[in-house]
Amino acid sequence: MFGKLSWAAIPFDQPIPLITGAVVLVAILAVLAWVVIAGHLPYLWREWITSVDHKRIGVMYTLLASVMLLRGFSDAIMMRAQQAVAYHSQGYLPPEHFNQIFSAHGTIMIFFVAMPFVIGLMNLVVPLQLGVRDVAFPTLNSVGFWLTATGALLVNVSLVVGEFARTGWLPYPPLSELTYSPGVGVDYYLWSLLISGVGTLVAGINLVTTVLKLRTRGMTYLRMPMFCWTTLASNLLIVAAFPILTATLLMLMLDRYFGFHFFTNEAGGNVMMFMNLIWAWGHPEVYILILPAFGIYSEVVSTFSGKPLFGYRSMVLATMAICVISFMVWLHHFFTMGAGPDVNAIFGIASMIIAVPTGVKIYNWLFTMYGGRIRFTTPMMWSLGFMVTFIIGGLTGVLVAVPPADFLLHNSLFLVAHFHNVIIGGVLFGAFAGYTYWFPKAFGFRLHEGYGKAAFWFWLVGFYVAFFPLYAVGFLGMTRRMQHYNVAEWRPWLLVAGFGAVLILIGIVFQIMQLVVSIRHRAELRDATGDPWDGRSLEWATASPPPVFNFAVMPDVSGADAYWTMKMHAREQGPGSSAPDYRDVEMPRNSPTGFVCAFFATIMGFALIWHIWWMVAAGGIGAFATFVAFAWRDHDEYVIPAAEVARIDRANLDARRAALSFAGSA
Amino acid sequence: MTDATLAFAQGGSQHLAGTATIVHDGPASKRIVTGYGFWIFLLSDIIMFSCFFAAYAVLVGQTADGPHGSQLFDLRSVAAETGLLLLSSFTCGLASIAAGVRNERWFQAAMAATCVLGLAFLALEGREFASLVAQGAGPTRSAFLSSFFSLVGCHGMHVSAGILWLLTMMAQVFAKGFRADIQRRLLCFALFWHALDIIWVAVFSVVYLLGSAV
Repeated sequence: MFGKLSWAAIPFDQPIPLITGAVVLVAILAVLAWVVIAGHLPYLWREWITSVDHKRIGVMYTLLASVMLLRGFSDAIMMRAQQAVAYHSQGYLPPEHFNQIFSAHGTIMIFFVAMPFVIGLMNLVVPLQLGVRDVAFPTLNSVGFWLTATGALLVNVSLVVGEFARTGWLPYPPLSELTYSPGVGVDYYLWSLLISGVGTLVAGINLVTTVLKLRTRGMTYLRMPMFCWTTLASNLLIVAAFPILTATLLMLMLDRYFGFHFFTNEAGGNVMMFMNLIWAWGHPEVYILILPAFGIYSEVVSTFSGKPLFGYRSMVLATMAICVISFMVWLHHFFTMGAGPDVNAIFGIASMIIAVPTGVKIYNWLFTMYGGRIRFTTPMMWSLGFMVTFIIGGLTGVLVAVPPADFLLHNSLFLVAHFHNVIIGGVLFGAFAGYTYWFPKAFGFRLHEGYGKAAFWFWLVGFYVAFFPLYAVGFLGMTRRMQHYNVAEWRPWLLVAGFGAVLILIGIVFQIMQLVVSIRHRAELRDATGDPWDGRSLEWATASPPPVFNFAVMPDVSGADAYWTMKMHAREQGPGSSAPDYRDVEMPRNSPTGFVCAFFATIMGFALIWHIWWMVAAGGIGAFATFVAFAWRDHDEYVIPAAEVARIDRANLDARRAALSFAGSA
Repeated sequence: MTDATLAFAQGGSQHLAGTATIVHDGPASKRIVTGYGFWIFLLSDIIMFSCFFAAYAVLVGQTADGPHGSQLFDLRSVAAETGLLLLSSFTCGLASIAAGVRNERWFQAAMAATCVLGLAFLALEGREFASLVAQGAGPTRSAFLSSFFSLVGCHGMHVSAGILWLLTMMAQVFAKGFRADIQRRLLCFALFWHALDIIWVAVFSVVYLLGSAV
């Protein structure tokens, strides 16, 4: 009846996951109870859960990423604590638990923190920057988000029901095969990523189509803000790379569920085929994450230097070059496979070549700042911290791209330090910069600068203290994923690294305080102008938060830095005389399709993990029925009449004028 | 900073609508957007197939002392499958033409024919799979057979999903007629069905023709 599921699946003998699970469950129930009792449920359902508005979906993606960041960071600090104490001792985490923690940490941080964070920001900003009213497929956008949430939910369920994979964040066979991982851990991994992978693919298709086919009048490719370009490149990579991940995980699934022999040791299976396939997705994946962050830095640096981006066309070229070359370097993840010197040399050289366009970008940002009037706001601080940190991370990357060096450093903590150096210093700092930069656009008030800067400094210093010792222990020969060790030379470095993790924790506490304080003081931090940073691209031309239709009148773009040009034009010409030509606006209707679909996908995923076949069938039929019901709707759009558009727009404009005249006279 | 922003706000939303020469006409029509997005999905689907093709190419020799393709494949049956699928693409094209001129009777007839041809294809494929398993050459026999069943089976799953979609579209046209949004879905369905044909041509060549030579 319930497949492999029984009471034995709940880890009653392990206090850490059980207590954590209980606390989280109580917290969730408390929030739900508050939502229901305070009567917020109808509002949440109407305005958020069923929303197909790209801005709302973007905010929900970012919220999901932030919550999962806390989970992923808990794993991280537990590992640092374990390695700080487990010298000549077992520490406090038994090996089978430690292995689950490092696997869950990697999986969560990549798939459920970095990915939803950047996809959330792209969703929120790109349609606004392109001057359009929504993405290409609004309902599918909602489906994509909720499927991502399903994957995150399944990973967290594994904390208390059963176990998570002990195989690392990429489940290398033969360890991940049924023979060596008979439990449900790898199955949790497989189904949560297969389901959220569909969500990511949908988001990718959606954003590629949006950038290529939905741009406002006059918005030619070479007038697009840089963030739109990097979004395009990143989502092209999603469309090209995520199917590889899906296929690879499907093959592993077939091995585990049906006794196939893709990657097994016996009957001709080929383990190295898994490494090749997974990294053919995995290397583009790191550029999927970093390219949007590059876009964010471009926007931030240009805005706060008060100058157009230096070398815009070279930046476009560099972005697209990275997009292509990222598919030609995957083998550097396993130089030690033994493909021979020729193959290794080719991939080593390709890996060095891909550093060139990134270097071009760094120079472009530096020259954008050169001669500019720089304002050191929090987003700008994150960008400056990024430039320094990322250069170091990039250089250590080029170092491990040299095959002979890689033979020494492969799977050592040096490698761990390198990829945290680029992912924290690149992707995460970029996500935080974008979060602070666009927060006023999404909510209508700015985040507190003081707490933001405190968070930045603790993150930055904490990062260096936590990860630079790992370069050193890597050179001292420490391999990654060690539950305990007995080498005296490693100990001091690991203690320092543990201290660094505490500094980062303080940074995170400051971020939470920043949010709380900003919400409490939102009246003082209110941005009625719609343009709190003196911005250059179209998202700042509309109100904060923007009305549901984004722009009352579709903007006409006549050059790069569209909004800046309009502002300068307005200052020269003075107020015009003609009234804006308001028209009826057609908007997509909200739909519970995404939520209901994800509900069935969750049931189906859980049932597949535990081999509850009748439930699999029920979930599958439910998901199909949801789509048919969605397809059967007669009215999927509604019209906002021109008079209503005019009323909303005039109110917004009056508020902006009032705020600006006040600021001007003060 | 505020003077330019204020000047912009003074002018109101009219500043958004400039007077410059327009070099890009703005958002594309829904039909173009839908078709374009679906093309991108198809490309991603083809990439997924390419992984299974790659796995087949890597594992084709790994028979674990079991049977080779040349001992297993019945090319006459495969030729019949190919014929059925190519014919179904033709009838699918007829359905598209009928939808274009809004002739429901011809549309339903052509879709029904497509469905029957697709089902016949699946029946032949099922018979082939069943006979292989009966000979002890199922997917668990060797890595070669694992990759064979996965690749061909993945295509078969797509055809099955396509038939489910086809029946849904027949019901939609029957219930709601040729509405604009249904026409867009028909466009996507047709693209999907023809893409499956393209993939089958590759399956036929790489798996059956080249595989028989091993």
